[in-house]
Amino acid sequence: MSKYLLIMRGTDESNAAMMANIEEMMVTTRQFIEETVKAGVLLAAEGLDDPGKGVVVDFSGETPVVTDGPYGETKELFGGFFMLDVASKQEAVEWAKRVPAAPGSKIEVRRVPESDEVPQVDA
Amino acid sequence: MDTADVEAVWRIESARIVAALTRFTGDFGLAEDAAQEAVAEALVSWPLASPANPSGWLMATARRRAIDAIRRRAALKDRYALLAADPAVDQEVDPDRIDDDVLALMFVSCHPVLSREAQVALTLRVVGGLSSEEIARAFLVSVPTVQARITRGKKTIAAAGVPFELPPAGERGERLGGVLSVLYVIFTEGSTATSGDRLLRPDVAYEAIRLARTLAALQPDEPEVHGLLALCELTAARFPARTSQDGTPILLEDQDRRLWDFSAIRRGLAALTRASTRGLGPYGLQAAIAAAHASAPSVEATDWDRIVLLYEALGRVAPSPVVELNRAVAVAMASGPVQALAIVDELIASDRLAGSHLVPTVRGELLARLGRRPEARAELELAARLCTNQRERSVLLRKAAALS
Repeated sequence: MSKYLLIMRGTDESNAAMMANIEEMMVTTRQFIEETVKAGVLLAAEGLDDPGKGVVVDFSGETPVVTDGPYGETKELFGGFFMLDVASKQEAVEWAKRVPAAPGSKIEVRRVPESDEVPQVDA
Repeated sequence: MDTADVEAVWRIESARIVAALTRFTGDFGLAEDAAQEAVAEALVSWPLASPANPSGWLMATARRRAIDAIRRRAALKDRYALLAADPAVDQEVDPDRIDDDVLALMFVSCHPVLSREAQVALTLRVVGGLSSEEIARAFLVSVPTVQARITRGKKTIAAAGVPFELPPAGERGERLGGVLSVLYVIFTEGSTATSGDRLLRPDVAYEAIRLARTLAALQPDEPEVHGLLALCELTAARFPARTSQDGTPILLEDQDRRLWDFSAIRRGLAALTRASTRGLGPYGLQAAIAAAHASAPSVEATDWDRIVLLYEALGRVAPSPVVELNRAVAVAMASGPVQALAIVDELIASDRLAGSHLVPTVRGELLARLGRRPEARAELELAARLCTNQRERSVLLRKAAALS
């Protein structure tokens, strides 16, 4: 078993498609969340605000530079996530297929390593 | 799609498919058989051609297998007509009803007519969607043993005429307690393996936590369900610190608390809040004890007085010698080893935990703290002889050797 983050990656087009059907999207998303809760796999889920309201903190130079969103050349934007506690990667993928995602968007499925898999530093 | 993909879909769908088929056929054993045949077919056919709708495929195939089985039983002709005529079983049925069906499935799998082994095997297989191989690995028994437990369990359910329904109000509390105890047995097998060479089997504990979360979602108004979930989350939160890299157990006092899973602790504390609406039951009290540890920065800074009070409360609602022994450990921390030793000696005099390695383990620790080293050593050596977990045993022997 492992934790997986299902990262919602939308484009301008898919975000527009989602906003056009926002009420239906809210209903189907709520259904999906209920299903994951009843299956005992949902740990957290959040959606992000409009990328235009965000900022970017850029570490290219010596000091961090803050610029307003959206984010230049980036085509796919992180729009929200589901954190699942599942039996296998395949199960995470199976849940990802059931997310009511807008046409044209993508979901990235990434495993969260356990604490004993990452180097421990004494502080 | 390969085997792992089929298993993934099955994990998600098994409870709903078996529940819906049991509802339609009125026969739990037949429903489970039909569902297993559908999985077996999926394992053969999906690698060749992936279905567009895997969960719908499983439901439809399981329904066909159920119809085939019923056809062979003339006595069930009326059920056949009902099932064959009603396509609703393939569709997303009324979500409230399917919730009740999944809940009924948990009650049937944990029915008191079944042996504890059959309850565990059926719950993991039918509600959890685990294969016989996975259950065998989890409980360190052979696959035929698991299969025999499931087959016998289904026969027992049929012979006893156990109905597929939620228990009537008068029995509800007791039956729910039965379900909780099955989930707790599964959890403890993962959190302190009773045999084998590993102390922890987090994958087994995970199955119990997952089932407890399902039960909490389906029975949100039952405080003890949240109490059990809180207990499991808070105990599992300490897993990353409980063993060293080579699998040696690390005692609470020596654990690196930075390794504790703090999101699991938060989930556990949230569940404990939901468990606290009407005074805590046995699981809620154990969770409150786990919460006192989880909230403490060190053993010294732990609120041992509160833990003693919680053990006293637990001893009143669910008296057991193990609770007494744990109370003794808490008393030793709160008030000192002399008072604790009196509780342990009383336990020994009443002979209620004979044969357990836990009594000499605790007695040995207390004697060591009192400087009675030869007696302490003898107790720890006795504990090592009685202990069935190899990892724990070697820790006990090391401690005994350090006292000579």
